[in-house]
Amino acid sequence: MIDLETTLAIALLVSLTFYVLMAGADFGAGIWHLLAHGPSRRDQHHLIGEAIGPIWEANHVWLILIVTILFTAFPTAYAQISVTLHIPLTLLVIGIVLRGSAYAFRHYDIRHDELHVRWDQLFALASLISPFLLGIIIGAITAGSFPISPESFFEGYLSNWLQPFPLAMGLLALVFFAYLAAVYLILETQDSSLQEIFRKRAITAAICAGLLGEIVFFLGQEGASYLWGDMTNSLWGGLIIFGTVVFTVASVRFLFTRHYWWARTCAILQVILTIWAWGLAQFPYLVPPYLTIYSASSPAITLQFMVIALIVGACLLFPSLYYLFRIFKEDSILGLKHAPKKPADT
Amino acid sequence: MAMSLGFHIIFAMVSMAMPLLMVIAEWQWLKTGQEVYLTVAKRWAKGAAIFFAVGAVSGTVLSFQLGLLWPAFMAWAGPIIGLAFSIEGFAFFTEAIFLGIYLYGWQKVSPNAHLAAGMVVAVSGIISGVVVVMANGWMNTPRGFTLVDGIPSNIDPIAALLNPSGLLQAPHMILAAFAAVGFAVAGIHAFLLLRHPDHPFHQTAFTIAAAVGCISALLQPLSGDFLAKRVAEFQPMKLAVFEGQVHTQKGAPFRLGGIWNSDKEMFDYVLEIPYALSLMLHLDPQGEVQGFKDFPKEHWPPIGLVRTAFQIMVFIGISMMFLALWATCLVFMKKNIFQSKAFLKAMVFATPLGFLATECGWVATEVGRQPWIVVGYVKTAEAVTPMPGLNIPLVFFAGLYTFLAFIVVWLMLRHVAATPGQFEMNPRTNLTALT
Ligand code: HDD
Ligand code: HEM
Ligand code: HEM
Repeated sequence: MIDLETTLAIALLVSLTFYVLMAGADFGAGIWHLLAHGPSRRDQHHLIGEAIGPIWEANHVWLILIVTILFTAFPTAYAQISVTLHIPLTLLVIGIVLRGSAYAFRHYDIRHDELHVRWDQLFALASLISPFLLGIIIGAITAGSFPISPESFFEGYLSNWLQPFPLAMGLLALVFFAYLAAVYLILETQDSSLQEIFRKRAITAAICAGLLGEIVFFLGQEGASYLWGDMTNSLWGGLIIFGTVVFTVASVRFLFTRHYWWARTCAILQVILTIWAWGLAQFPYLVPPYLTIYSASSPAITLQFMVIALIVGACLLFPSLYYLFRIFKEDSILGLKHAPKKPADT
Repeated sequence: MAMSLGFHIIFAMVSMAMPLLMVIAEWQWLKTGQEVYLTVAKRWAKGAAIFFAVGAVSGTVLSFQLGLLWPAFMAWAGPIIGLAFSIEGFAFFTEAIFLGIYLYGWQKVSPNAHLAAGMVVAVSGIISGVVVVMANGWMNTPRGFTLVDGIPSNIDPIAALLNPSGLLQAPHMILAAFAAVGFAVAGIHAFLLLRHPDHPFHQTAFTIAAAVGCISALLQPLSGDFLAKRVAEFQPMKLAVFEGQVHTQKGAPFRLGGIWNSDKEMFDYVLEIPYALSLMLHLDPQGEVQGFKDFPKEHWPPIGLVRTAFQIMVFIGISMMFLALWATCLVFMKKNIFQSKAFLKAMVFATPLGFLATECGWVATEVGRQPWIVVGYVKTAEAVTPMPGLNIPLVFFAGLYTFLAFIVVWLMLRHVAATPGQFEMNPRTNLTALT
């Protein structure tokens, strides 16, 4: 039997996985919104707006779930993270606010005029900074060694995240999200010229993500030595690295051959593998080297209630989510319409 | 934090009450087949969507700010009250999922399934409101733990959640949301009815919103009275401040108005209704009411502010109740409510009142609790983050919220200005125009 702490840590990791796979792609779509150009620019914008409309609020709640699990089950870690990473967290929150509001202002406005371009820009810009900050925050937590009684402002509130490793993690998150979004968007449209556009972008992003992943790995040996030391030297570490490389290559190959459904599956598997590898490497630390899921946890009774609440919640949540996605994403998820039409038809 | 909450609460209230209004309209449509109900439901959905989104993002700010601003409080209270927030988290999920279906699913699911989705949104919004207010009640009447060497032990999250203040605060808050939103929406349509008296769209919308608002406004003072008794029981000093009761007294009067004079430590310019306070609290004109001078001065909250905020809330509550009674009379006398210009004007005037009362109520509750963050256990000053330079994010968030509030108001004005013309009542054009 796994203990309560581990169960809740797994719940955290599951939520993070869903957040990255779903909300991450929403952010990525925002990045493509910013980069959209060429004659089909308007169509690209339209596609992105349509694709995330019904689901972005639900996707966003995964983040709230992460925060609640963290502060209920591991309050000391939550408090420590909030103090040391106050600045990037605040910036992240601002990014999230601007993005959501700009999207809402743009899409629920009753009239249509040039002001919408401004909201779009704000939406896209906020989509760019938020994942970057999210990556930085995860990177800084991985690196750990938070100062206990900092001597200066710099040491207490800046030095932990203004480091090569967290910054590289930020970039990686950005590219990863863009990659996911591009791969999803291909399956959201039937217009083959749009598909071609996002196919090229997905390939570029995949290659960038692969390269950045290697850089992060390299920086991690130095920057997050507690965890990554094991990872690079052990057999399972090697297998994971090998696995992500295989999935990247496979995904790019499927993109080349236009097997979009398979490309997306590989991309998703790659992301899951990366996150879970990180989670395993992190175990049992929340913030190395002091705070583990055992030393930072709430009393057992709170954890028990949490687990019960999560189980009951999950029983409600997953059927509802299934219903939501069946209504809006049936075609794109099951890939019924992924056979591209010839450009001449459209 | 208080600022974020004050901002969030407005949007949260709309998210709690609007689904109910939309569901009523849509249900009427299904029942009667009259197109105008559907138009109203769609129009409201489109407007409320902005509030939902801003509510969701401002709520996210809050869940981070709990840690960003009050790390020590969260480390202390997280194990005890965090369960409430987890329940809330799942309520948010349900709400967000079915909101997506509601807003985007007009043509994708059957009308009954659509209506059901709206009901789920309404119920889960209310649940999230209830749970978070219960968590707030816990800060007023902390339960569910014992302090052993300064560390909370023997934790019982259920007892903490079902604390005495929270159990009464929650219905008061829900009623506040229905009353405030009902009056606000009714007020907007009343304004347009004064301009276009026979417009069926506004007549329908006004009727639904005013009905919800008025029923809640009639219940609100009742619920407030129960709540005041609870406060008298558990936080006698806070109640004394609310009621301007300086010294302990038998047969205490109910006081209206008054300005706190901190030098003389008494209120100037008060109007007294003899014995009324004792009567209200103890159902006995000679009942004893404690004054706040019985308590150490360093535990006093800012008296003038708390008392004024409380007074404004009660005054508005009574005014809204009278408006509701007026409406009831009009209906019972079988008058055409749309013909009474005076009533419509009064409703227009009342548009922002419910929100104002809510903000005041929260200031009374929250500032009235100071200097404690958790009454009797943790002081606010002990819980704040050690990070220096907090003014910078504070000023920034203030600017951000002002900006967002400005935009939302402006969008709503545009929204209202775009009154559906007669041609839009046609179901066909209507669908394309509104979805
Ligand atoms: C539309 C809004 C509204 C209206 C008309 C009223 N209230 Fe209220 N009141 C609130 C909205 C509100 C609130 C904002 O929702 C509060 C803040 C905390 C809470 O739970 O509800 C609140 C708190 C609150 C408290 C403090 C509870 C505490 O400190 O724990 C009392 C004693 C009352 N109310 C009493 C009344 C009375 C006697 C009213 C009579 C007319 C009244 N309220 C009208
Ligand atoms: C609209 C709703 C609310 C408003 C307008 C509001 C306003 C305020 C105000 C004015 C203070 C006192 C600030 C001071 O004197 O320094 C305060 C304190 C506090 N409130 Fe609220 N509050 C609201 C709801 C809540 C809720 C629902 C919670 C928690 C679940 C909460 C948590 C706190 C905490 C932790 C404090 C102590 C820290 C502080 O002083 O800011 N509040 N709030
Ligand atoms: C007076 C107290 C409060 C009430 C009545 C209230 C009620 C609500 C409601 C009804 C919603 C759903 C709105 C929507 O989806 O747009 C909501 C959203 C939210 N609230 Fe509050 N809330 C209160 C205070 C708080 C506090 C103190 C927190 C911080 C922990 C918080 C966190 C959130 C979050 C994270 C969301 C977003 C959920 C989403 O993404 O859908 N709220 N709140």
